[in-house]
Amino acid sequence: MKFLKVCVVTVVVLVLVTASLAMAGETLDAVKKRGYLIAGVNGGVFGFSMPDDKGVWKGLDVDTARAIAAAVFGDADKIKYVPLTAVQRLPALQAKEIDVLCRNTTQTLTRETANGLNFAHVNFYDGQGFLVSKKLGIKSAKELDGATVCVLPGTTTELNVADFFRANNMKWKPVVIEQTAELSKAFFAGRCDLLTSDISQLAAHRAVAPNPAEYTLLPVVISKEPLAPVVRHGDDQWYDIVNWTVMALLQAEELGINSKNVHLKLKDENPRVQRFLGVIPGLGKSLGLDDKWAYNIVKQVGNYSEIFEANVGQNTALGLPRGVNDQWYKGGLMYAAPFR
Amino acid sequence: MAQEGTNSTEITTPAKIPFWHDPTKRAIIYQVVVLLIVGMLGYYLFTNTQANLKRQAIATGFGFFSKEASFEIGESPIPYSAADTYARALLVGVLNTLKVSFIGIILTVILGTFIGIARLSTNWLVAKLAGIYIEVMQDIPVLLQLFFWYSISYEILPSPRQALNPFAGVFLTNRGLIFAVPEAHPAHVYMALAFLVGCVAVWALSRWAKKRQAKTGQPFPVFLVSIAILLGLPVAAWLLGGAPLKMDVPVLRGFNFQGGLTLSPEFVALLLGLVLYTAAFVAEIVRAGIQAISRGQVEAAMSMGLKPGQVLRLVILPQALRVIIPPLTSQMMNLTKNSTLAVAIGFPDFVSVANTTINQTGQAIEGVGMIMVVYLFFSLSTSAFMNWYNKRTALVER
Repeated sequence: MKFLKVCVVTVVVLVLVTASLAMAGETLDAVKKRGYLIAGVNGGVFGFSMPDDKGVWKGLDVDTARAIAAAVFGDADKIKYVPLTAVQRLPALQAKEIDVLCRNTTQTLTRETANGLNFAHVNFYDGQGFLVSKKLGIKSAKELDGATVCVLPGTTTELNVADFFRANNMKWKPVVIEQTAELSKAFFAGRCDLLTSDISQLAAHRAVAPNPAEYTLLPVVISKEPLAPVVRHGDDQWYDIVNWTVMALLQAEELGINSKNVHLKLKDENPRVQRFLGVIPGLGKSLGLDDKWAYNIVKQVGNYSEIFEANVGQNTALGLPRGVNDQWYKGGLMYAAPFR
Repeated sequence: MAQEGTNSTEITTPAKIPFWHDPTKRAIIYQVVVLLIVGMLGYYLFTNTQANLKRQAIATGFGFFSKEASFEIGESPIPYSAADTYARALLVGVLNTLKVSFIGIILTVILGTFIGIARLSTNWLVAKLAGIYIEVMQDIPVLLQLFFWYSISYEILPSPRQALNPFAGVFLTNRGLIFAVPEAHPAHVYMALAFLVGCVAVWALSRWAKKRQAKTGQPFPVFLVSIAILLGLPVAAWLLGGAPLKMDVPVLRGFNFQGGLTLSPEFVALLLGLVLYTAAFVAEIVRAGIQAISRGQVEAAMSMGLKPGQVLRLVILPQALRVIIPPLTSQMMNLTKNSTLAVAIGFPDFVSVANTTINQTGQAIEGVGMIMVVYLFFSLSTSAFMNWYNKRTALVER
C-alpha cells in the first residue's frame, strides 16, 4: 500500500511538472515571472565569458546577455549564468534550461533548421585559425602534415579543421577534450602541435597561457565564424527582443551614444536619437518592453564599441583590433537595421 | 482465536466476499491501475516530446546514420576518415569502448587477484602495502585518477623530438608510447593458427589427464606440458614460416613518429586509471572470497598431504569462486560504465563520439537512446557470460 501511494504521488508530480514545462508559454512572460534571465555562456574564454578573480562575470558575450536583461528588466544584473560545454549548449537551449545562449556560437544552416534554433544579429565576426608553438618553426599552414591538433568536440571548428586537412590532402590526429580549460592545459603542456579554434579564442587562450610569448598564430583563416546569440524556434517575440538588443548596441555606437553621455542625449533634438531612447515613445512597446529599453541598455552596459574595447580591444590582454567588427561606415560588417 | 478464524471461512463462501476485501483481486486491480498509469505516462511523454520537437521543427529519426560524419576521430581499430558515415563513426566509438573495457577487465582481474592474495600474505610488509593500495585507490574518485594519469603523461614525458628511448625500438613521448612491432608477414597467421590448435590440444590434454587420474590415481604434469604446447607450436610455425625477424621500427618524421605501434596517452591514462581503481575493489572481493572458506578446510587439506598450490587450486578456489563471481561481475560492469569518463581526457569512446554526433546533427534523443542501448547491451552481455560461468563453477550441493 505504501509503495502504491508513493507510486501514485510520483506519477502525479511527474505529470504536473512535465505539463507545466510544456505549457510555460512565451519566453518573455516566463522570464518576467521568474524575475531574472537565464543565459548560457562559455565560462572558460577570457574576454568573452569568464568570471574574474572576484567571481564577477566578464566578457563580450556576458555583456550581450546583460544588455538583454537590461532591456527586459531595466536591470542588467538580473541574470543567472549557466556555463555550458560546446556539446551541452544546444540541447540545453532546446530543453528550455536557458532563455538565450550567448556562447560564441557559430550561425550555420543546420543549426537554424534541423536543430530548431534562431540566430540573432552577430555580436562578433570571427574566423578559425591555428595557434602553434614558435619552437616548431612552422611558417605556413601547408607544413602541417602529420600534426596532432587539440580541438573542442561538437563545434563547427571540429568540422572545419577536418575539411581543411582533407582539402589539402594532409594527415592529422585530433585530440578532443570536452572542457575548454582541460583542452588548453593539454595544448600548452605539449600534448598537441596545434590548437585550433576561432582566432579570438586562440588569442584569449594565449593571453592566459603560462608563457604567451612562445606561441604564435599561423597566418591563415580557414573559415567564417559569425558568432551570435541563439534562441529557440517558435517564439518570434523573444527572438525580436534578443535580435534588436544586439542591434541597439550597434545603433547606440552609430548615434554616438555611450554610457557616459546617454542621460544628456535624452535632450537631443535628433528624432532618430529621440526614437531610439524612447523620448518619442513606441519602439519599446512594439517589442513588448518598456520604451526606455534602449536607454537602459546603453546606461548600464554601454554601446558596442565600449563593450568591445573593455573586453577584447587593443588595451586588453587579447589586444584584438576592431577589423571586420567595426561599423559599416568604417569599413566593417556591423550594421544595425533602422530603428523606426 | 484460531477456531473463530476457521469458522468464518466455513460460513462465508468466497463468492460473497466483495472484491475490495479479497486481497488477491485487490492486488490484481492495483497492478492493472499502476500499469495503466505507467502506460499513460509513457504515452504522454512520447506524444508530448513528438509535439514539442515538431513545434520547434527539430528533425527526428535515424536518417543521419548514412550522412557523412565529416569529423575526425583520434584513434580507431578500423580504418576511418572524416569522409565516412555517422554509422561508421559510431561503430568506431563502440569498438574503442570495447577495446578499453575488454583489456581493462582482464588486467583488473589479474591485478585484483594478486593484490587480494597479497593482502592475506603472512609477510607483514606485503600485506600492509596491499592494504594501503586498496585504501588509497578506493578513496580517490576515479575521475581524479584519470586526470592525474593523463596530466602525468603530457606534463612529464618529452615531445617526440626529445623522446625517451629506454630500450631499442621503444619511445616514450607525450604523443604516447610508441614501440616497434614485427613487420607483417604470412608466418604470423600460421602462428595464430598454431596457437589456436595448441589451445584445443591443451583442453583435450587436461580432460584426458583428469580421467586418467580419476581411474588410476596417476597425476600428470598438465601445467608444464600445456605451457610447452602453447609456446612450442607457434614457435615451430614461426620457424617453418622462414623465421621472419624484420621489425617495423618507428622513425621520427615531421611532427611525430611514423610506423610501429602507438598507444595514445589518452588510452594509456584511461586504462591505467580504470584498472588501478577497479582492481582495489576486486582485491577486496577476492580477499573476502578466500576468507569465507573456513580455516578447517585448509588444515584438513594440508593434513591430507596436498601441497599449498594444490590446496589453493583444489580446495580454496572452487569454493571461493562462488562467493567472488557475483560481486566481480558488478565490478566488471562498473569498469565498462566508468569508461565513459573518457570524454574528460579525450579518448574517443562511444559516449565521446555519440556526443559529437548529437551536437553536429542535433538529434539528442536518438543519440542518448543509442548510448543507453549500447551500454545496456554491454552490461547484459557481461552479466549473461558471468552468470553462465557462475553456474559452471558453482558448488554442486549434495
